[in-house]
Amino acid sequence: MIEKRADVVIVGSGAGGGTVAQELIPLARDGRKVIVLEQGPRFARDEFTGREMDMAPALYEDQGGFLTADGTMTLAFGRAYGGSTVVYTGTSMFPPERVIGHWNVPGLDHSDLDTRARKFAEQNNVHLLTDDLINDNNRLFVEGCRKAGYKAEQFPINVKGCKGSSLCNLGCPNGAKQGTHAVQLPNAEKNGVEVVTRAEVVRIEDRAVIVRVSEKRAGTKGLPSEWQPGEYRIASPIIVLAGGAIGTPALLLRSHIQGLPPAVGEGFTCHPAHILAAEHQHDITNDVGHPKSYYLDRAVEEGFVLETCMYFPFTTAKNLAGFGAPHSRLMRAFPRLQMILVLACDHAVAGNRVSVDGHGKPRVHYQFTKQTIDALIAATRASARIFFAAGAVRVHAPSADPPLLERADADRIDQRIDASHFKPGKISVSAAHLMGGCGMGPVTDSRGRVRGLPWLRVADSSLFPDSLEINPYLTIMALADRVAEGVREDIGSLAAEH
Amino acid sequence: MRDSTFAPVRDAFRAVAGTIVPEAQSLDERAWTELESAIDTGLQTRPDSMRRQLRIFVRAIDVLPLFRFAKRFRALDPAQRTQFLLALQDSSLLLIRRGFWGLRTLVFMGYYGREEAQRAIGYRADPRGWEARR
Repeated sequence: MIEKRADVVIVGSGAGGGTVAQELIPLARDGRKVIVLEQGPRFARDEFTGREMDMAPALYEDQGGFLTADGTMTLAFGRAYGGSTVVYTGTSMFPPERVIGHWNVPGLDHSDLDTRARKFAEQNNVHLLTDDLINDNNRLFVEGCRKAGYKAEQFPINVKGCKGSSLCNLGCPNGAKQGTHAVQLPNAEKNGVEVVTRAEVVRIEDRAVIVRVSEKRAGTKGLPSEWQPGEYRIASPIIVLAGGAIGTPALLLRSHIQGLPPAVGEGFTCHPAHILAAEHQHDITNDVGHPKSYYLDRAVEEGFVLETCMYFPFTTAKNLAGFGAPHSRLMRAFPRLQMILVLACDHAVAGNRVSVDGHGKPRVHYQFTKQTIDALIAATRASARIFFAAGAVRVHAPSADPPLLERADADRIDQRIDASHFKPGKISVSAAHLMGGCGMGPVTDSRGRVRGLPWLRVADSSLFPDSLEINPYLTIMALADRVAEGVREDIGSLAAEH
Repeated sequence: MRDSTFAPVRDAFRAVAGTIVPEAQSLDERAWTELESAIDTGLQTRPDSMRRQLRIFVRAIDVLPLFRFAKRFRALDPAQRTQFLLALQDSSLLLIRRGFWGLRTLVFMGYYGREEAQRAIGYRADPRGWEARR
């Protein structure tokens, strides 16, 4: 095993890790060694082909289909230089005051988080797209919402030079998305922070990490690692974990660190989601243009959020319920499909948690509560009304049996879409907003310091004590900024002890 | 290199796949190979035990209709095949529903992951975005 030393090791390079890396530039400038370890590879710009079967295996864990322990939901999270910021749509929402208040974390103030989130929004070029770049899929959502009595709002997004490829979730082929891979990490590297890719942290020891650096396999995408393949032990007085809401708790649990708070892994939430589709009579622009430009926030009233979306053929096929001729008919209507993503604002409950198996691999235990199912049903009903109001001739709703609703069913939406048809294991439920597992409060303080282990910090969405009820990356960056501030304050004393 | 996941149960698998996506019935051998190879790639990161379970599941789908229709799945007519798979999809046992969901997902991956199928359904996303349409 090769021995190395650092002053700060950051595990993960997504919204959390990438932010901490940048915010520790002052330490690097002072001659301290800051190392970021990223499990995924770094990609060359021309490797982003936009082809679903090329990119999903390269960018996502289990191609975006990581299964929960009972196999009833798939979870999507990125593995790349930049983490999940490479594969999100760039929708940039500020921390909601109501939710941060409900979290009730001592020392965490909404206005402080909001100020920090706005700093990153500016850095990452967050703005509203101009009207000429909005496609029909999004326009129909706005129109349908208006006619159905709702008010859609426009997502601020973090792109620069967006060509409207619609391929955000497969990594932007035009380098337009301003994730940490495009902004914070390059800035950090330019200023002396070292980023090592293909570097999987096997476990943590007292003030040290054990890392396995992998070789690039022939025929796979991504650049080779910056380090020689092999196993390394890096001693460091501060270790910051930012491997995401599955990776971070799993790493802590398999490391068996003495004094670890018992609540590690608890409180997992994920905004369980359905992809809904509706068929129009005529072709619409759907697979061109930014896919996620508008949303409808019904979190307070009904516990859900609707977002525009457009997915790729396999992802779409997987998420439509059923099979055979009716399924094929809908797939052949692809150029006429309007899509809505419905997200339930789930809440942390006992039993929904991350654990590890005998090999240290993460397992996510998740049961749909009645509240979550009711939210998904209410969201599906609202979406059906919006689709029909926008002129759709038929709507596909997984919680209807059969799943296709014709226009004639428009006045029977509440009867047709019903919780009795929500059958886990039969219908597709997926999630990409993974949160909790190292919640501020039981596991860390409001600056991500793990209780009882001041050398260990957490700086990702696993800090959320409950779901955020909106797209999380700006809130993660704001929290990570606070963690970095704490590291800058504490490095002197912790390094002296080491 | 590992054998194709469904090679030992190829006829039964193709009968199931052709029921899940009826258009698959008209694929030629090259397209079937492409479909099955995409599934193998998709399963690369999964444990070997999952591949074994999938083969057992396909075998079971082929054999179980003997009790009800006195024929193997692959010998059933299209309506009977659909009826049988619908029963699996709606099974009261989570294990069965989940198994069918997984198999169906793999078939969709193999079929709709192919660019030929994507073109056939009119999917036109292009990295050039709006420029490619105007």
